[in-house]
Amino acid sequence: MEGGAFDGARAAELTAELRRSFDSGRTRSYEWRAAQLKGIARMIEEKEADIMAALHDDLAKPQMESFLHEISLAKASCTFALKELKRWMKPEKVPASITTFPSSAVILPEPLGIALIISAWNYPFFNLTHVGPTLMGKWNYVSEFRLLSIDPVIGAIAAGNAVALKPSEVSPATSSLFAKVLPTYVDNSCIKVVEGSISETTVLLEQKWDKIFYTGSKNVGRIVMVAAAKHLTPVTLELGGKSPVIVDSNVNIKVTAKRIAVGKWGSNNGQACIAPDYILTTKAFAKTLVDALKITLDKFYGKDPLESADLSRVVNDKHFSRLTNLLNDQNVSGTIIYGGQWDEKRLKIAPTLLLDVPHDTLIMDEEIFGPVLPIITFEKIEQCFDFIQSKEKPLAAYLFTKDKKLEEKFVQTVSAGGILINDTGLHFANPHLPFGGVGESGIGAYHGKFSFDTFSHKKAVLSRSFAGEASARYPPYTQQKQKILRGLINGSFIALLLALIGWPRD
Amino acid sequence: MEGELKEVREAYESGKTRSLSWRLSQLKALLRLLYDKEDDIFKALEQDLGKHRAEAYRDEVGLLIKSVNYAIGNLRKWMTPNKVSVPLVAFPSRADIVPEPLGVVLIFSSWNFPIGLSLEPLIGAISAGNGIIIKPSELAPESAEFLARSVSKYLDDKLVKVITGGPDAGQKLLDHKWDKIFFTGSPRVGRIVMAAAAKHLTPVSLELGGKCPAIMDSLTNARDRKIAVRRIIGGKWVACSGQACIGVDYILVEEKFAPILIDMLKATIKKFYPEFDTLSKIINKHHFQRLASLIKDPSVADTIVHGGSMDSDKLFIEPTILLDPPLDAEIMTEEIFGPLLPVITVKKIEDSIDFIRTRPKPLAIYAFTQDEKLKNRLVSETSSGSLTFNDTMLQFAIDTLPFGGVGASGFGQYHGKFSFDMFSHKKSVMRRSFLLEYSFRYPPWDGWKLPFMRSVFHFDYVSLLLRLLGLKR
Repeated sequence: MEGGAFDGARAAELTAELRRSFDSGRTRSYEWRAAQLKGIARMIEEKEADIMAALHDDLAKPQMESFLHEISLAKASCTFALKELKRWMKPEKVPASITTFPSSAVILPEPLGIALIISAWNYPFFNLTHVGPTLMGKWNYVSEFRLLSIDPVIGAIAAGNAVALKPSEVSPATSSLFAKVLPTYVDNSCIKVVEGSISETTVLLEQKWDKIFYTGSKNVGRIVMVAAAKHLTPVTLELGGKSPVIVDSNVNIKVTAKRIAVGKWGSNNGQACIAPDYILTTKAFAKTLVDALKITLDKFYGKDPLESADLSRVVNDKHFSRLTNLLNDQNVSGTIIYGGQWDEKRLKIAPTLLLDVPHDTLIMDEEIFGPVLPIITFEKIEQCFDFIQSKEKPLAAYLFTKDKKLEEKFVQTVSAGGILINDTGLHFANPHLPFGGVGESGIGAYHGKFSFDTFSHKKAVLSRSFAGEASARYPPYTQQKQKILRGLINGSFIALLLALIGWPRD
Repeated sequence: MEGELKEVREAYESGKTRSLSWRLSQLKALLRLLYDKEDDIFKALEQDLGKHRAEAYRDEVGLLIKSVNYAIGNLRKWMTPNKVSVPLVAFPSRADIVPEPLGVVLIFSSWNFPIGLSLEPLIGAISAGNGIIIKPSELAPESAEFLARSVSKYLDDKLVKVITGGPDAGQKLLDHKWDKIFFTGSPRVGRIVMAAAAKHLTPVSLELGGKCPAIMDSLTNARDRKIAVRRIIGGKWVACSGQACIGVDYILVEEKFAPILIDMLKATIKKFYPEFDTLSKIINKHHFQRLASLIKDPSVADTIVHGGSMDSDKLFIEPTILLDPPLDAEIMTEEIFGPLLPVITVKKIEDSIDFIRTRPKPLAIYAFTQDEKLKNRLVSETSSGSLTFNDTMLQFAIDTLPFGGVGASGFGQYHGKFSFDMFSHKKSVMRRSFLLEYSFRYPPWDGWKLPFMRSVFHFDYVSLLLRLLGLKR
């Protein structure tokens, strides 16, 4: 990155350069796109050690785990795109209709142009921020991918766009490493990294983009969409929400507890947009569930979780304060039934369970994004469904049950970005499933081919011949013509034949 | 208005729209409406736009009937969850993409095809199982009234409502929270709609317009030339007197062919319009003035080679052709949306590509050519909502082609299944069983677990198997 402030002029210069590069046509070929993806894959492999060191600086994450997930996942995403790219780029032939016979029709994907990809940035007036972009786990492990929103970048490049990426400033070491290293592995006239936070993002948002992809909080999502509206730019917003877990009594409780625990605390200690936010269960089953969770947590993190090497820290002191304030609320602190310890110096908070915290507290209103898990109980399981529907649509909703009828009801009536039965996080490990929110959890989806699609325009191309001229289309509109027209539009073969032989004559 | 919105929301939450039978009943009711009320529709369109019944059928009623039938025939298939593959390592599990309605949606339609542009998106919204409010344009008041009267009579009046009114009504509607907004209209209002939607993080689709060019290459066959000219006229004056978002806005032709083209246009216009009684009128005085002022300036008026006569009482403007008006005049910088046709000459027909590329992306590009090389260049070097060779307008009638813009012409696509998709949320659903637990998923992460996970991530099944069998550490 060159020195000097990244102001409006620099932002305009950046978009102008990207636009020139895009207009030159260089991003269109399969060869160019594949070369970029291979470059990214190579970078991740060759710079593994540096990336690991930076991640350690930023997050003190259980080292090898973060390495394995973030690095391997990014590579796997590149590999999948490379494997499928030719197929994604192919035009799709579609049947035309009798009305337009003879004709042939094709849907052709083309790049939108220049895309802006932003991962979360902090905005001072709002107290809820998402930390880092997400990348779906390649298996059943969801991790916050703090390196970068690699998956949307891969999608944008695969679709043939020029890209500007503004990585999350919350992980400065990894973001600046990436900014330094990526340009040497890809065509940096078409792929650029801009570091910074609010002011840089603001000037970027003032420019005209052909697509904006944003991962982060709702509040900032609104700002992004308003900025996009000025230029009529389509957006994809990957936001968050309170992802609920309903636990039925008809379950394998040991497995359930483990899967909930790893989905919550095993992914950056709860700092993941699809981590279970809170649990709903029946009053009758609550004790069984709580006991199982306690046993599981003891097993995972030991008697002194703040000392466990397997527990991530909270990303920064701002979020640390936010979480401890949630717990200090007088209506909340009394409901702590497990955990509740924290270490301000090391920014660590222990896995904490709350039982029946009042519904009108802040912790039950905002996305928690941390290692605190409220358990809310109701008399009947149906009330759990009602509770979820009284809240905004989340990014993910989970249900643990062996009851097929309950499972079907959940799938049919609970609206969320994605739903997973009897596990957590895993559904994102599938590149064939679209990943995205609905309602306040977001707009649009990505992963796998959905990433390619989100950065493409599907152009309809229709080819007609000069044979088959239906004079019925044109004035003066005689009765006969109108009859033929009706037939043609409704796919009548006879009308078509008559039109083809040129009846009625003008 | 508040009461009506509340009613739709409550009716939607009751779950009534979720069943295939409700959705089919609504689509069938819509079909009955179109058959029963055909004459009323023709009358409304005639009053609002002076539209001839043949055009009303061809462009609105007929197309709607086709679309409803297509939806009825395919709805069950569209509603069926789509099974997708799962990586072997996630065995045993099952994954589907389940379409579900977005909720309560708002449809803004435009005045030029007031029935068509209100009901075509309605078909998609109903198919997808939503509650719906339609806000027709007040500039076509008879059509708006017709919709307000008839829709509630035929369709479920708690779930599908029409709210009439002017910009104030529109603004009031925008202040509420919607699960989706579909807008057809001008970019100026499109911006307002999107900014309002942003407050509630409401997804929007904007069907805007643009200057849709028709490229006229030299055609060797005289008959083909004749047909091309007819089709161009079919895409200009025959389409609501040029007031169509996919109508031909201007033509690009090689200098040496311009005179022939213009002569053929003149002759064919005379043939199609011995009198001008089948020509739609301009929608209102405001647009009439707008169009009149486009050709007021002498530098533009001097380039008129045909037509130019106007009657402000009858809101009539004669089919008018201009030859090379100044490119910086408003007639060449703004969407015309009227019966004025600039013919722009280029030295070589290939120059059309640059001409188009340096301008905002239009909703449609039309090219009359038999030159495969030119066709390929147009496909890969221009961008537009759609690209049609050797005809105009017809892409609109094909259910298997997505219809929508790109760049300045908008975003979001509909027609056919695309309409269903536009008003749906594609929910990912993955189901696991409690069988088969992999202990290496869980902390504490001892040394042996990590190489295991590495094999898993690299889909290295051989290593995975060996480790499972204890043959590799």
